[in-house]
Amino acid sequence: MLNRMIRFLRGIGHRAIDRIWRLGRAARFFLTTLALSGESLRRIHLVIRETYFTGVLSLIIIVVSALFVGMVLGLQGYNTLQKYGSSDAIGVLVALSLVRELGPVVTALLFAGRAGTAITAEIGLMKATEQLSAMEMMAVNPIARVVAPRFWAGVISMPLLAALFSMIGVFGGYLVAVPLIGVDNGAFWSQMQSSVDFREDIVNGVIKSCVFGVVCTVIALFEGYDAPPTAEGVSHATTRTVVNSSLAVLGLDFVLTSFMLN
Amino acid sequence: MNDNIVEIDNLSFGYGNRQLHKGINMRFPRGKVVAIMGGSGSGKTTILRLIGGQLKPTAGEVRVDGKVVHQQSRQEIYNLRRKMGMLFQFGALFTDLSVFDNVAFPMREHTNLQESVIRDLVLLKLNAVGLRGARDLMPSELSGGMSRRVALARAVALDPAIIMYDEPFAGLDPISMGVIVNLIRNLNDALGATSIVVTHDVHETFAFVDYIYFVSDGVVVAEGTPDDLRNSNLPFVHQFVYGEADGPVPFHYAAPDYRRDLLRSTHA
Repeated sequence: MLNRMIRFLRGIGHRAIDRIWRLGRAARFFLTTLALSGESLRRIHLVIRETYFTGVLSLIIIVVSALFVGMVLGLQGYNTLQKYGSSDAIGVLVALSLVRELGPVVTALLFAGRAGTAITAEIGLMKATEQLSAMEMMAVNPIARVVAPRFWAGVISMPLLAALFSMIGVFGGYLVAVPLIGVDNGAFWSQMQSSVDFREDIVNGVIKSCVFGVVCTVIALFEGYDAPPTAEGVSHATTRTVVNSSLAVLGLDFVLTSFMLN
Repeated sequence: MNDNIVEIDNLSFGYGNRQLHKGINMRFPRGKVVAIMGGSGSGKTTILRLIGGQLKPTAGEVRVDGKVVHQQSRQEIYNLRRKMGMLFQFGALFTDLSVFDNVAFPMREHTNLQESVIRDLVLLKLNAVGLRGARDLMPSELSGGMSRRVALARAVALDPAIIMYDEPFAGLDPISMGVIVNLIRNLNDALGATSIVVTHDVHETFAFVDYIYFVSDGVVVAEGTPDDLRNSNLPFVHQFVYGEADGPVPFHYAAPDYRRDLLRSTHA
């Protein structure tokens, strides 16, 4: 009985220490990436190539999701607002929800699923097939050559994708509210224009998406780089990328929002 | 100038409690092709990683060109590695780059050569391994033997003084094996390099190397020229060279007595 208790406690301690070690490794990995970024930014074609893979190839899923999220917001918002006779405010509702929350958050979640998993699997497989080792033996640091360009590509892509998401989402809301339901066109846009603040709403949304961009990309890169070099290891790492990125994004969103709303 | 480009003295290395090497001594004279042989899991590949400075020994030292590898700074190790080329077991080609770009990779990373010069050099290297015509293929379109040859072209891209081969024959058909054997020998002699070949293919290796080290249980159990070893009386070498199933290297992994194992109830 006592033995069992001790083993149980030891298990908890072991897991906790393990997690903290990993966190430390991830932090060191992040700092090394930053320190070695200079070289990859000088060879900008590497960053551009990766931006194409993480950013441009994510466009379709972002655009389609944004359109549907915007349309659903239009439907739900109208349904509720008309009970209070303020259906003209639908434009404000759609725009604020998207710019402040849904744009950055949903984009980050989609990004983790679309681009994050691809990054983890690619780097994990490069490790499993000794490509990273080969690079090291050629006196080329894989963090500078492989990791840093992907990091900057993710950091550049995320705010742009989030901005695009908000824009398409507003358009989706417009499609439902104005042509379909018949809300006044002028009221839809003018109310939106007067109620959405540049500093308070848009800039805060951009800050969020920048933070999510750093977090999602670092998690994806680290999970790939840290994955055991086996098929099983890479598959677990890919799963962890999605789970950890999603949790980190949702948790950080709460923290950031609470600071922004004071 | 020292006659040996790589010297290993009393080298010990292990992961955690498992001691992989227990005091290994080796010499790799300039211009020679030297093989490190031993069973699977005897830590042969690890020796290459120790020479390349990817791992640190727990005791003893590896000297490359007179410099103790594990005492060098990261930058100095990188400088040492520029004198080395390594062929990985399955080539380890960069899957996102074409054959041409794979071979050009070390040149683009480490030299300021113009693209036209790089093109000439890459074609020269690819021609040496007979794959000039495959320059536009991607690694996924190559057979095992071909990717090994491309990886070899990449390993010698900067004319290294030391070329290391990790299991260069693993999983190859006899023709490709013959091709690789010729390439290792010819490249070594043409470049005036020193080659270190880690392998367990007795037949191919004995035919073309200058010197052989046998590693077992973390120590060098035998060494000599192929002829010395073929006539060796040592039981391990005899078992290895003639591929006998049982001998000093037991067929059975360490296990409790078979009869007692069977008699024990299924769930003790």
